[in-house]
Amino acid sequence: MAETAEMANARLQGLRRSPAVHLWEKFEQESVAGSLGVTLREIPFLTMVGVRVDPASETGARIAEVVGGLPERCGEVGGPLAEGEATGTLWLGPEEFLVVGPAHGKGPDLLGRLLEALAGDAGQVVDLSANRTTFELAGHSALAVLEKSCALDLHPRAFTVGTALGTEIGSIPVVLWKLEAERFRIFPRASFADFVGRWLLDGMREFASVEVR
Amino acid sequence: MLLFSCPNCGPRDETEFHYGGQAHVPYPKDTDAMTDKEWAEFLFYRDNTRGDFAERWVHSTGCRQWFNMLRDTVSYEVKAVYPMGSTSPTPGGQSPAGQFPASTVQTQQKGAQS
Ligand SMILES: [Zn+2]
Repeated sequence: MAETAEMANARLQGLRRSPAVHLWEKFEQESVAGSLGVTLREIPFLTMVGVRVDPASETGARIAEVVGGLPERCGEVGGPLAEGEATGTLWLGPEEFLVVGPAHGKGPDLLGRLLEALAGDAGQVVDLSANRTTFELAGHSALAVLEKSCALDLHPRAFTVGTALGTEIGSIPVVLWKLEAERFRIFPRASFADFVGRWLLDGMREFASVEVR
Repeated sequence: MLLFSCPNCGPRDETEFHYGGQAHVPYPKDTDAMTDKEWAEFLFYRDNTRGDFAERWVHSTGCRQWFNMLRDTVSYEVKAVYPMGSTSPTPGGQSPAGQFPASTVQTQQKGAQS
């Protein structure tokens, strides 16, 4: 029997490897429990769509409708786009946005709907799902781990819950999204996932040993 | 580490930015009529100012937008940040909105680069 596109897609989905899958075991082993706890995990295959559009244009308005409003300034996140996992539209620049949605097949067809909204007008809608992976760093010591190598002002006064900013962690460009006071999403490009994963593990290590007083 | 105030993102480490050289270098009007020497001078010759220097920067790790900055090359003090396409706020150049220094940072204009 001939292979249909659907069958081929399903087969390819099964063959996908997330960029940090080889670290999952380490993430599990080296996550720290307790009052100084901090955990790290990878959330693979989230849908990410790069959007470039003038938000003030008609096209921008149509796209805003699909994603439930485009963020207006640096740090803002529009959305959410679905129930469950954190989803939203991150501000990357005045005319550049990153739409983060549930993994392929687990939510609305974001790419299709955004392409439809763009309707060939000036702008871009590009599937970037394979461009970055998603790490989640959480726990009482998560902020302390980030502060070791991220130069942003991460104090809760400046970096509030719901904010997402482009920055560098350990000299690697990432997008950092604060979901809750002690829960962060980190989006490094796929080729840096190994480095950033190991880098964060190294930052977490001190919290696994008993504090010397 | 210097802090630069990106017009879109606010104060960020200088390592997030890339330098774009001297600002306000006009593209020659009639490039066909230029000699090789004139062309080379347009491409490669830039002022080497001691003191206030208008230069272009791009916030490459952040919003990826260009802007102009007036920086003292001796003290590294950033004296103004102003949009692409506007004139230099140095004496002789006109300030974008008659304002100086850049506590009045302007939002960037689209597309224009000069
Ligand atoms: Zn910026």
